[in-house]
Amino acid sequence: MSERRITAGAWSASPVILFLLIGFAAPLAAIIVFSFMPPRTFGFGGQPTFENYVTIFESTTYISLLWSLGFAAMTVVILAFICYPVAYGLVRVFGRWSTLVTLLFVIPLFVSENVRLYGWLLFFIKNGVLLGSLKSMFGLDLESILFTRGIVLFGMVYVYIPFMLFPLTLGISMVPNETREAARDLGATRWQVFREVELPLSLPGLMIGSLLTFVLAVGAIAEAKVLGGQQIIPIAHDIEIAFTYAQNWPLGAALSVLLMLIVGALVLLVLRRVDLDRLLGRR
Amino acid sequence: MKTRAVRIRHALIVVWTIAMVIFVYLPSLSITLASLTSSRYFIFPINKWGLDWWRKTLDSIQIHQILETSLVIALVVTAISIVLAFFGALAFARYDWKGRSWFQKLILLPIFFPQSVLGLALLLWFNAIGLQLSWQTAVFAHLVWIVPVVTLVISIQVYSFDPAIEEAAYDLGASRLQVLREITIPVLMPGIFSGGLFAFLLSWGNFPLSLFTTGADTTVPEYLYAKMVAGYTPGVPVLGTISTVGAIVILIGGYLVMLALNRRRRAGAG
Repeated sequence: MSERRITAGAWSASPVILFLLIGFAAPLAAIIVFSFMPPRTFGFGGQPTFENYVTIFESTTYISLLWSLGFAAMTVVILAFICYPVAYGLVRVFGRWSTLVTLLFVIPLFVSENVRLYGWLLFFIKNGVLLGSLKSMFGLDLESILFTRGIVLFGMVYVYIPFMLFPLTLGISMVPNETREAARDLGATRWQVFREVELPLSLPGLMIGSLLTFVLAVGAIAEAKVLGGQQIIPIAHDIEIAFTYAQNWPLGAALSVLLMLIVGALVLLVLRRVDLDRLLGRR
Repeated sequence: MKTRAVRIRHALIVVWTIAMVIFVYLPSLSITLASLTSSRYFIFPINKWGLDWWRKTLDSIQIHQILETSLVIALVVTAISIVLAFFGALAFARYDWKGRSWFQKLILLPIFFPQSVLGLALLLWFNAIGLQLSWQTAVFAHLVWIVPVVTLVISIQVYSFDPAIEEAAYDLGASRLQVLREITIPVLMPGIFSGGLFAFLLSWGNFPLSLFTTGADTTVPEYLYAKMVAGYTPGVPVLGTISTVGAIVILIGGYLVMLALNRRRRAGAG
């Protein structure tokens, strides 16, 4: 019996593994090799060099990297706070309405993020939905908050809501009701139940949600472009510039490798501590 | 028996959630409003309502072509990812095998990866092996991200699947293919269906992967982005509204099909 299972598992996994080797591992290897090619070349034939990495450390690119890391971290913290009540409600309060509420939060995932950010542009722009209404109703003539740093953060928080909300919901649903009840019966206050029972037991969900949000937000580019009006240049923008206008693929590759290292280290660190089987509902 | 404090807390949670839902849909509302004006520029409150821009957009041959490209990519991605992810999910959640925890982490890596960087890495890779960029390379790029997502979606269904049914069928002398066709696939159908839905919609809405891998072909999000950057065109809100409403219709339609599937299954079991 177990013999059949072992081979069956490996066989079932093999198409996906093969596909990811060609479609994920190989491109990453390609970008790593490319980051050591001489600047402004387009093939793999050049003499390997560290020049691109030296260029990065001598330039002001670290500013973009810091912006991206800082904004991603802030996005994660804000999202954890604003999503927790909704996730809690999905598990414990809404009952049979949960499916509908879930569906409402899923739908935006499938609309391209630049379309939704464009909606915010129309909302906040001068004579747009917000300022136009204020002007016609109250005669207020305010400046638009578009093209500021704050609106970029706002856009990032908005776009990544589902990526925090759903892992958090999975995490909270892992907390057995009996454990909470027991803590209450033993005289714990509401705050103690939260700190000693709910938070630690739902931590895997919070960790996965934070990781996912952080990783996606570090690579974010559309928010700064659509709403930010170049007030902030995120690292992904630098990478794109290197590949397009600057036509310096090896430099872009080196920047990508730097970003990959940061992201990869974080992902491996968190995934080692999370039991996926439990989180996804294995009985 | 709820205390007053619990009731107040629950009421606050409900109010907060409603506020969040409104927040989530405000931009879609703005886009829809903008698509319904017949003037060249969007000025709110709208004084000239009309469907002129809808007519112009829907009549455009270029738009038809773009919608067709997006649709073809999404359909091919859906078909391929269902097949790959179905077996991937069995390996992820059903079988106990030596490499399983390693495999689970491999599956998660492409999901936990900045998509714009993945798009560029694929661009480099296609260039290195001499592939001409077109909608086919975009299909491949979408799959790298979507196959793992669909694998996770189907895996959630697989976790609730009782392996004893399969074992029973084997003991009764069924072949591997028979078990797959008669037991495994029908039982996992709801998961496969929602996985397919995810695949289609994620491909339909994807921008960062398409941007670097479509070559001369253009998808809807790419077209919208190009137009947005170039300045205001009333066609953008129209197409934006179409893609939003399309996603809502497909999801709700899919949800109803799921309900029907579940009901039939329960009727069949009972």
